[in-house]
Amino acid sequence: MTAAQTPDALTRLLETREWLLADGATGTTLFNMGLESGDSPELWNVDRPENIAALYQGAVDAGSDIFLTNSFGGTAARLKLHNAEDRVFELNKAAAEIGRKVADAAGRPVIVAGSMGPTGEIMEPMGALSYEAAVEMFYEQAKGLKAGGADVAWIETISAPEEYTAAAEGAAKAGLAWVGTMSFDTAGRTMMGVTSAQLADMVEKLPTPPVAYGANCGTGSSDLMRTVLGFAAQGNERPFIAKGNAGIPRYMDGHIHYDGTPELMADYACMARDAGARIIGGCCGTTPEHLVAMKAALETRPRGERPTLEQIVETLGAFSSASDGTDDKGPSARERTGRRGRRS
Amino acid sequence: MSDDNDDLVLSNLNDTDLCEQMMDDLYDGLKDEIEEAVRILLDRKWTPYDILTKSLVAGMQIVGDDFRDGILFVPEVLKAAQAMKGGMFILKPLLVETGAPKMGKMVIGTVKGDIHDIGKNLVAMMMEGAGFEIIDLGINTEAAEYIGTAEAEGADIIGMSALLTTTMPYMKTVIESLKSQGLRDKYIVLCGGAPLNEEFGKAIGADAYCDDAAIAVETAKRLIAARQPNA
Repeated sequence: MTAAQTPDALTRLLETREWLLADGATGTTLFNMGLESGDSPELWNVDRPENIAALYQGAVDAGSDIFLTNSFGGTAARLKLHNAEDRVFELNKAAAEIGRKVADAAGRPVIVAGSMGPTGEIMEPMGALSYEAAVEMFYEQAKGLKAGGADVAWIETISAPEEYTAAAEGAAKAGLAWVGTMSFDTAGRTMMGVTSAQLADMVEKLPTPPVAYGANCGTGSSDLMRTVLGFAAQGNERPFIAKGNAGIPRYMDGHIHYDGTPELMADYACMARDAGARIIGGCCGTTPEHLVAMKAALETRPRGERPTLEQIVETLGAFSSASDGTDDKGPSARERTGRRGRRS
Repeated sequence: MSDDNDDLVLSNLNDTDLCEQMMDDLYDGLKDEIEEAVRILLDRKWTPYDILTKSLVAGMQIVGDDFRDGILFVPEVLKAAQAMKGGMFILKPLLVETGAPKMGKMVIGTVKGDIHDIGKNLVAMMMEGAGFEIIDLGINTEAAEYIGTAEAEGADIIGMSALLTTTMPYMKTVIESLKSQGLRDKYIVLCGGAPLNEEFGKAIGADAYCDDAAIAVETAKRLIAARQPNA
């Protein structure tokens, strides 16, 4: 720990505020601006900077204290799919530069969070991506974000602990403070089996711990709230983040629509705050309209008790699975002959 | 793995015990042990098809069930699939030689406009593990590519994956294209992907929506069986 350094802008803002409002969906907004499915949103940082500025401005105007840059797919592994793997630094720098301008013109402190999404690769030994190669990819991305003026690196939608750690190392190597959220979308765990409790324990053991950690995306706001309660139960002092989808996508008349109303997201935001989340936002399907409702509710509704699982279900709807792996209510491990002996 | 059970000698087990041990070893993703057991069974004059169905596929079924039930997660499944692949590598040429019956053939791909492939790859792996033949079209797959390949390869199943809400509707385009060519009933059409649900599968006219890779395997087996008149 290098306590002598000036703390990053997010840490400073957290010191003065009970909660911070993050932003909503990036993809949904860009598609509405005419981004074609399959195109790289990151290319717009250079080709259509006015649209990216409008995206950020939407979050700022809705009252967000933090917005994420348009760089989710900005690692070489993702940009390669658009033959742009040699433009990592340029595209990430541009994403942050546009953000810096919007934030500095806001007239209040707004954090530019440099989004770093998963590589989409499976890491060794199951897959082909080595830990060192992953660190290098995230480092390259983080360097670009930092050069463009990002306040922190915002690692998100990760499912593998190794990739989370590699992204953190890449950000730290670039000299950026970082936050990191995972997507708990499989029976309350990440696709790779990580529970909320495991993430809360894991971040404390990293050489450069995050400013904040948490959950984003996943499956609806009820599941996300259960995950957040899992963080709270671990009892560490580190701020945690709730950034859930606006409900669940439904197919109606040929297009997809998230069923979470602004009212529901306002309830979710207050429950997340009452559960102890310090940074609250939306993910897929969350529009500026949702953000305005969330902010109004956070500002006007008094803080309540930490919600129970029953209250979450009552207000936000049912969970997608009986257990999230942090209690003993889940399915038990299979009984086997075990002649070879079970590995622990 | 350095425990006192390490001296287990597979070739000392009788057939029943060996098959049970193979299921455990698949579950634990022990590739070398699976390969050894497959060779032992071949030496004991088991047919390649029996080895496939009675040990490997049966073992992967358990892995699939526990994945579906949230007991195993992706890393364990990938490891099991790799062990399975080791066994399949030995069996594949022999299955062809012996003219063993086939489980079915699936053409799979992530739909046009979508470049997310982890879920699709997982389904492909689990389907292979269950004995299906897979033709993987990769990402960003056009309707003509799905249909053309299915026709050329004599596939039974077309599997479509999407992660983005903006690309999900393309699945309907593919199904409409099948319909307009009079081919809809020729294929079992399965769809899957993070934002999808059963309601969506029904709305676009797919045969089924598969919540995860294990359910894809189950559904494929069930629908293939339903198509065989005397099954």
